[in-house]
Amino acid sequence: MKQASSGSFSRAMLFLLVGTALGTALGVLAHVLTSGEFQTAFLTDVPSWMLGFLLGTLGFFYGLIGYTGIVRGLVFQVLGTLGGAAFVTLIRALLGMELFNTGTFGFTEPAWVFGGLAGAIAFMAGVGALTDWWKYALGEPVHDHHPEEATLKDYFGVSLDHKVIGIQYTATSLLMLSVGGLFALIFRLELAQAGLDVISLNLYNTLMSLHGMVMIVSILLGIAGVINYLVPLLIGAKDMAFPRMNAFSYWISIPAAVLLLSSLGFGGFDTGWTGYPPLSTRAPLGMQMFYLGVWVAGWSSILGALNLIVTVLRMRARGMNAFRMPIFVWAAIATSIISLTATQMIGLAFQLAMFQRLLGMPFFDVAKGGNPILFQHLFWFYSHPVVYVFILPGLGVISELLPVFARKPLFGYRWIALSSIGIALVGFLVWAHHMFTSGMNEYLRVPFMYSTLLVAIPTGVKFFSWVATLWKGKIETPTPMLFILGGIVVFLLGGLSGPPNATVSTDLHLHDTYFIVGHFHDTMFGGYIFPFFAALYYWFPKATGKRLNETLGKWHFWLMTPSFLVLTLFMMRVGLLGMRRRIADYDPALNFDWWQFAMTISAYLIATAVLIFFYNVYKTLKSPQTETGNVWNSRSPEWQVASPMPAHNYDREFEVVGEPYDYGLAGSTYVKM
Amino acid sequence: MQNMRHYVLMAVLVVVVAALTYLGLNALGLMPVAAAAQASPIDWLFDLQVKLIAFFFALIMVPMFYSLVLFRRKKGDSTDGEHIEGHTGLEVTWTVMPLVIVIALGLIGADNLAKVRAPAAQVEEIKVVGFQWSWRFEYPQGFVSNTLYLPVNRQALLLMESADVLHSFWVPEFRVKQDLMPGRITEYRITPTLIGDYKVRCAEICGASHAYMESPIKVVSQEEYDTWVKEQTALAEAEAIAALANPDPKRGEKLYNESGCKACHSLDGSKGIGPSWLGLYGSQVALADGSSVLGDDAYITESIRNPNAKVHLGFPQNAMPNFSYLKDGQIADLIAFIKTLTK
Repeated sequence: MKQASSGSFSRAMLFLLVGTALGTALGVLAHVLTSGEFQTAFLTDVPSWMLGFLLGTLGFFYGLIGYTGIVRGLVFQVLGTLGGAAFVTLIRALLGMELFNTGTFGFTEPAWVFGGLAGAIAFMAGVGALTDWWKYALGEPVHDHHPEEATLKDYFGVSLDHKVIGIQYTATSLLMLSVGGLFALIFRLELAQAGLDVISLNLYNTLMSLHGMVMIVSILLGIAGVINYLVPLLIGAKDMAFPRMNAFSYWISIPAAVLLLSSLGFGGFDTGWTGYPPLSTRAPLGMQMFYLGVWVAGWSSILGALNLIVTVLRMRARGMNAFRMPIFVWAAIATSIISLTATQMIGLAFQLAMFQRLLGMPFFDVAKGGNPILFQHLFWFYSHPVVYVFILPGLGVISELLPVFARKPLFGYRWIALSSIGIALVGFLVWAHHMFTSGMNEYLRVPFMYSTLLVAIPTGVKFFSWVATLWKGKIETPTPMLFILGGIVVFLLGGLSGPPNATVSTDLHLHDTYFIVGHFHDTMFGGYIFPFFAALYYWFPKATGKRLNETLGKWHFWLMTPSFLVLTLFMMRVGLLGMRRRIADYDPALNFDWWQFAMTISAYLIATAVLIFFYNVYKTLKSPQTETGNVWNSRSPEWQVASPMPAHNYDREFEVVGEPYDYGLAGSTYVKM
Repeated sequence: MQNMRHYVLMAVLVVVVAALTYLGLNALGLMPVAAAAQASPIDWLFDLQVKLIAFFFALIMVPMFYSLVLFRRKKGDSTDGEHIEGHTGLEVTWTVMPLVIVIALGLIGADNLAKVRAPAAQVEEIKVVGFQWSWRFEYPQGFVSNTLYLPVNRQALLLMESADVLHSFWVPEFRVKQDLMPGRITEYRITPTLIGDYKVRCAEICGASHAYMESPIKVVSQEEYDTWVKEQTALAEAEAIAALANPDPKRGEKLYNESGCKACHSLDGSKGIGPSWLGLYGSQVALADGSSVLGDDAYITESIRNPNAKVHLGFPQNAMPNFSYLKDGQIADLIAFIKTLTK
């Protein structure tokens, strides 16, 4: 990865400031003009901030790379949105309908929603993700090969190289992680003591709701990043099966993220990330942007998963049969099966809710024969399996790295491989356990209790096999291994706090409380965040030729892990005692102030730890030291060649001649280069 | 032999860690006070779950940290660990053992649920209406309360409905939780066992003030309950008679705040889910069908009883729930209140 020259970087920072100031000023001006009053508490004028944020981001990228790539995409998105909205307004004018509405920021709701969709498509055209297909249609030649070495501009524009796309995904994921984390820090401050002290109820609800979905998108991007970068390297492919679709999958997530965040500027919404009607049919315009953003992001998941499955099925190296694939590839396949087949359901649920608002189709409106429970079924049919989308790659990373650092074969390879598929398949049968208190048919609850409890079995197989892998190893604990071990501990707490939610009667108490919040944060951190950081520390030298600083890495780990354990265990504690989910304020009579304050402190310590990580990345990229060899002494094929990975991966196809994890077996190798 | 020593030591450690974890969690006191008969099976099952959690926590963590301590790489050692690829017997064991536990837990869980839902022969039936952002309790004797009074040791059957969005009825001390939906009745059976003051807290996000959707619950002795019911019935009857003869805007305002009107109808002219009440009385109300009607007693009464008869221009049909339970006197009070809202 080439460095940005310091000149363009300082120019980018300048443009960031100018853009932010300009956007905010424009927002405040628009507010004064429309309402006739100056917003004195301008800190709460969220739409103005959002405009500042948008122009600031544009300015930053413009300063960095000029009018190309993502800058062109974002400009197209803004113009496309306004154009789309104007188009619908024109049609409304012809039909004699209401044209403008100050309550919905000028244009009417249907105009904005159509504009949002048009903007997303315009982004794809502007960034250049559709160019090659357009050229195919015209019969013009296209270039299949990417340049030998990616420059800075390649990272901010359409590239067909899976490694560049993997890094693009990962960087975007970290950005979204920071945004979602920032939201959490703001509302965590509000929760530090009883009473409503820092933000309004509406802003709290919006930030809390967006925290959920922004983090979900961040995780989806993160796993897509790791999978995209790694899987072709692990199976010995030159690239993904469909490089253009791969680029499309990545780039569609950018307008999706913009739409999602824009909900903050469009009045917010107050439903939580679940977006249940009827509440969502009454929420402000932000609700629609949220629905639309998720709907667009779904394309990224579906197409990415399709691409991955084809890649693994068709492009493995010679000799790599199913049970000789690196274990991470099994996890990637399992996760992609879910993404490919379940994402449609949340898209459908959100689309129906959008149509109910836009066109008056009463899918979930009781008064007209609709049923709000139907939404919950559709929503959870995706949204439960998707948690396995989040954790399976993480558990795959754990299984992949444990043998390297224990210097022993992965215990029960086939059992672990099939347990991933088992979790993915059982995951499809459990969704209604989110609805035990919803009022759905009572007798459905018991079968869903059984299916939910079944998930414990393949998950247990993984835990026992990991422990057995460590047994009698020669264990080293550099930073990646610390994150692996931390991940196992945290995921175990997440896993063990699961069964009380599965048995119906206990769930009647636990449902929609902070116990659940603690439980799933443990599963998400143990199953994704910890392994994700492990993967970043572990493969960073592969991607950049530089190794992240160990001391800073240990600070990151030892600051984050205890803080995180305090945070989630305290969440479970107050949840059992009566702390409900998604509340901006709590009854002081419950005496939660001390616990809540400790949780807020923990959240800020976690944020500090992540900042240390970012500083580490920045410092390492700046440093001249390089590390190009087999840093971790791994048997895996990607470490048998130089770092950073050559532009076209392996110059010759390798052949698989042994088992992937035969550490300790003298004279054995996995691949013959 | 060496291995045997490891296994015995680890087994002891697992037992010790599991016991300490369980005892520690128990000493902390995990659940709030139990104030209902339904809480006992739930707490019993939760305790069983905590035991399982403590055991499996120890079963994984002990060998993991044991290995981390004993099998660390020595300085200067660059060899690999033992080449152990797996053990089918072990894998089968740790697949089958959890399977058995899971099936047992399922059987226990189903039985436990049946206990929690068991109906009593005689129940106290009360209607519960949740609305943004409070609760209303309608007693069969014909009065409405904002505090839920329940007699101790007698099963109450709450028939619950929402006036607007989803809500969830949760009293942490009762354990059980049940969502409320618009247009459908959901059931909540509870047998309070402990006299005292509690709060019902809405557990399903329901909009801006979700956090504050709490109402008091008083569990009282049967005698106290009967006295209260008698008082309230008499009071309600007296009020109804008084209201018919002499409508009072103060009582009307109270109804506005407590019956859910204020969730949709503003008093300051701003557009809510329904039209504002400001300046409504005596004005010409434009209707969706293009005609208009005078905002008088007859129109307002009809709109409360049968909201869809005349739909206000710019507002959807079927948006307003039916308030036909309001008595003539209460409607008279509301009209008296609306009369005071002049521009």
